[in-house]
Amino acid sequence: MNEKLRIGFIPLVDATTLLVAVDAGFTTAEGLYVELIREVSWSNVRDKLNIGLFDAAHLLSPVAIASSLGIGHVRVPLVVPFNLGINGNAITVSPWLFSALSDATDGDLTDPKVSARALSRIVSERKARGLEPLNFGMTFPFSHHNYQLRYWMAAGGIDPDEDVRLVVLPPPYMVESLASKQVDAFCVGAPWNSVAVDLGVGSILHFGREIMTRVSEKVFALRQQWAEENPDIVARLVRALVLASNFVSNSDNRATVAHIVAQRLGVNTELVTRTLTGNLKTTGDGTIRKSERYIVVSGHEANRPDVSQATWAYAQMVRWGQAQLSAESQASAENVFRADLYDSALDMTGENAHDTHVTDIGALFDPAFDPTDIAGYLASWRSKRARPLRLTLVR
Amino acid sequence: MAQAGKGSGPSSHGVATSGEQRDSALKIAIVDESPVRAAILEEGLREAGFTQVERIAETQNLLSRIYALDPDVILIDLENPSRDVLEQMFQMSRAVKRPVAMFVDQSDSASIQAAVDAGVSAYIVDGLRKERITNILDLCISRFNAFARLQSELDHAKGALEERKVIDRAKGVLMQAKKLSEEKAYALLRTKAMNENKKIVEIAQSVLTAAELLK
Repeated sequence: MNEKLRIGFIPLVDATTLLVAVDAGFTTAEGLYVELIREVSWSNVRDKLNIGLFDAAHLLSPVAIASSLGIGHVRVPLVVPFNLGINGNAITVSPWLFSALSDATDGDLTDPKVSARALSRIVSERKARGLEPLNFGMTFPFSHHNYQLRYWMAAGGIDPDEDVRLVVLPPPYMVESLASKQVDAFCVGAPWNSVAVDLGVGSILHFGREIMTRVSEKVFALRQQWAEENPDIVARLVRALVLASNFVSNSDNRATVAHIVAQRLGVNTELVTRTLTGNLKTTGDGTIRKSERYIVVSGHEANRPDVSQATWAYAQMVRWGQAQLSAESQASAENVFRADLYDSALDMTGENAHDTHVTDIGALFDPAFDPTDIAGYLASWRSKRARPLRLTLVR
Repeated sequence: MAQAGKGSGPSSHGVATSGEQRDSALKIAIVDESPVRAAILEEGLREAGFTQVERIAETQNLLSRIYALDPDVILIDLENPSRDVLEQMFQMSRAVKRPVAMFVDQSDSASIQAAVDAGVSAYIVDGLRKERITNILDLCISRFNAFARLQSELDHAKGALEERKVIDRAKGVLMQAKKLSEEKAYALLRTKAMNENKKIVEIAQSVLTAAELLK
């Protein structure tokens, strides 16, 4: 049976597997005729998915949870049968902030623990001198861009709500805002960090994965009700995505994949390849930083929904006052990530089923995350913050 | 649907008048990068009695512009990436007023659908009664739809003009090559189009392409 589907996406490299599933013919092979619709804002993607203008969408993981919990908007429960991307963010700073960090640091700035301390010193000094707080751009209130910046800052003793300004900026405006000094730094996905470096208006300070080794960045989201009414289509979508994922993993297909993504994003193929292979120029002088895990868009480890990712995202919402902590909400958040839909589509139930209890966010700073005790985890952060800060200025 | 709202209910004349005063006191911000559409919308709102309407065209410093304006209602087009910037207002406790999304319960889904179809979204400050905003949104939807119609008519007219030019040039080619009158040249194009089940403009384009190749 042939089905016509409308799927929304934002032009970002972590939509790769979805774009390849459609443009390399994997959805058609499953009898699914997909119209991909490029969107300009996450609010649009969320609203169009929620009201049924889209059947499915490329979505920020925390937005899928926020929509399911009804935070700030109409509550529309969503489900995730397939994870589109792990990692892929980076923190980019303006040239003056980079040089200020270099002056204030007591060690190697590529270490986020060191850079967080250096940033804290700059923030304190500005405060003492009565200067305006620093501005940091991020992409959405419910995003790991927001949470990663906050996590990193808080580890350095900065209160992200009091000591700096965090502002939402659409990704295409990030580079321009950094160049015009509207913001001093930003956290955004690919390819925007590289664009800033190429234009000489910023330096990449950290890859997101240096702060957390494994974070679910984007998901393939469906309305729960629609998924329940169309189990067969869901299974066909997952199969098409898994085949696309295998295609992306095969390095023989690298040129085809880069071509498809570059066409859909409107950027050059070289930039896409650099991103997918994790070879990023971090500064204007051409310094390259490599990480195979800069962004991961294919393979079971990236694509199979992992409930611990939902727990982590929910804990961040609670930590920063977006959500109330309750066992009920935590359960609702965790029910968004549906490994069972992934497994049943691939007939991987029973013996073949993967371990569903992988908990490897790999967050850099202590305390270790305990998904069974969010309250305890957050309390130990609060006690950390209560300690007097080390504000010695290093010259 | 897009009634002005004032005095349309069972209310007495006195109540309607006070409603009018409140409407004119309502501060409305329009965030739209299309100056024409924003102007059409502003005009509609003013005609309906909303006098405090401000247009914001640029996207730089959008939030500070909005805080300075302190509007009761914010209208934004859906093609605007800055919609995500507005979402941040729900998060910020230090905002003067806390805007909430226009639609906060499931019963609004028909209105959401109509607004999204028209390409507009609305945000209102907390505490403002929903009924007071309904006619603003209806007005918005009808003006946005009118603009879209206008746009497609304009595109259509432009397209027709282009087609006319192609056909005229093809006629010229035929008149010269085959020593035909203008009428005969047009009749030839039309007959060929009918026989091949194509549009005249397609045949005309083929003539131009062939003429180009044979030059």
